Amino acid sequence: MKNSWIIAKRDLGSFFNSPIFYVITTVFLIIYSYIFVNILSFFSMQSMQSGQFQQMGMALNINEMVIEPSFQNMAVVLLLIIPIVTMRSFAEEKKSKTFRLLLSSPVDLKEIIWGKFLACMIVITLMVLISSYSIGFLFMIGEPDIGPVLTGYLGILLTAGCYVSVGIFASSLTENQIVAAVITFGFSLFMWVIGWGSQAANSTTGQVLEYLSVIEHMDRFLKGMIETSDLTYYLSFIIFGLFLCYRTLDSNRWR
Amino acid sequence: MIEVKNLTRYYGTRRAINNISFQIEKGEVVGFLGPNGAGKSTTMNIISCILPASSGSAKINGFDTFEQSLEIRKVIGYLPETPPLYSDMIVADYLNFAAAVRGVDAKRISFSVDRVIEKCSLKDVGRRIIGRLSKGYQQRVGLAQAMIHDPEILILDEPTIGLDPIQIIEIRKLIHELTAEHTIILSSHILPEITQICKRVIIINEGEIAAVDSLGGLAASLRKSERLSLTVRNSENNVAEQLNGLDQVISATNSEGNQYLIECALRSNLQDKIAKLALENNWGIVELKPVSMTLEDIFLKLTIEEKEPEK
Repeated sequence: MKNSWIIAKRDLGSFFNSPIFYVITTVFLIIYSYIFVNILSFFSMQSMQSGQFQQMGMALNINEMVIEPSFQNMAVVLLLIIPIVTMRSFAEEKKSKTFRLLLSSPVDLKEIIWGKFLACMIVITLMVLISSYSIGFLFMIGEPDIGPVLTGYLGILLTAGCYVSVGIFASSLTENQIVAAVITFGFSLFMWVIGWGSQAANSTTGQVLEYLSVIEHMDRFLKGMIETSDLTYYLSFIIFGLFLCYRTLDSNRWR
Repeated sequence: MIEVKNLTRYYGTRRAINNISFQIEKGEVVGFLGPNGAGKSTTMNIISCILPASSGSAKINGFDTFEQSLEIRKVIGYLPETPPLYSDMIVADYLNFAAAVRGVDAKRISFSVDRVIEKCSLKDVGRRIIGRLSKGYQQRVGLAQAMIHDPEILILDEPTIGLDPIQIIEIRKLIHELTAEHTIILSSHILPEITQICKRVIIINEGEIAAVDSLGGLAASLRKSERLSLTVRNSENNVAEQLNGLDQVISATNSEGNQYLIECALRSNLQDKIAKLALENNWGIVELKPVSMTLEDIFLKLTIEEKEPEK
């Protein structure tokens, strides 16, 4: 664990000392903020309308109509951003031959992978934290329910964890960062849309496809529910990705 | 201290090293000498626990490099052919990281970093970005990284490759200073480099050990002569005697049947004369060829190669 932290710290240093972190965070915040402002102004328009015509009797819920779609959209933006964060992890180490320093040090391969995962997760958590100004603003102007907000953030971070796990695995496959990013993006997007096949398929296959989809599991978190099945899904997804990464790096040594 | 037994390693179907065995005692300074692609780096990578061997074993202090690699990695410092430098880091930060990751106790890290900065004369560049340093300084940072945890064994893979002559001299001097405290394995394709630093040489060629000896022993074992082999059809007319009559021939003997082994002075190019003699006497040449002498050949290759960069 101590060794993982040493490796994570170095990776974080290289994120913060280079433009990468700042560029990625800026792009993420601009896109997310634009989406958030649009969602919010649509909500305020509807509020005004329902204020004028009270007979419409619309149930307006800030959690459901602002926070939930914001989180959903944030997850999409993260899908685009995370491959860029993770692509360097192992690809760069291999390309610049620095990986040999780690391999000849008294550090276990698992600790290295865990350290890389930790570094990427910290970067993404920071980005999400900065973006939380938007939700904080809602608390200033209204009274949203805090429960679903907190579980929503948990859901977002777990989803991000899945992308990061895929990203680190992809990065271990190649020396080329672009290849790593494309694989990560492709696979993450596929895991996102895989549930769409559930309608066309027969009921059992449909259920399986639905269960495999990342988005399906996040929805319950956004509604304020923490279910064991969802947690199991996320944790096993993350661990499986890291396990594949371990196998890849380990088997690379034999080739 | 280091015990390598029947080490073989394949990359796919290509065999990089074949059945290599040697031993290195504590405090020794050993040079791996061999042309490029001979298998020096592969052997070093296996000793440094980076690559597993396809078969055979390497043991350091009784620990196996594959089974108990974590124990070994604590006592070795490895400088690969390309120094493992993060080009976007500051020298001091990089050494701090190297110290931590190589298992230096947190309280001793700053002491260790100061020590290697002092030893490798990196004081002036301590706050500079590694990527902007000259190749010579980068190599020194690489060396500093390898010795940061004061390892028993230093493994240096071609530490002077790609440096200019002045930098080469500086690095060699630095390595020479280190020989007092560490067991060192050094690889090079340059003969004088090994002769300056190492007491013992392991010559590797095409993945196999061609010789293991001290430098003195190696020089003595080298022949001062070349050999030619001659096969003729008619051996009735005193071939050996006539060959012995030629200038520069040290000895000519009948090895088997119609085959003769001629030992002659180095670079005497006797083929023409022998052929002429054979024609005049109607021996009927079947074959006239130099007998290859692997070790000498390698040595020759290495001695020729080193001259160019040393100019």
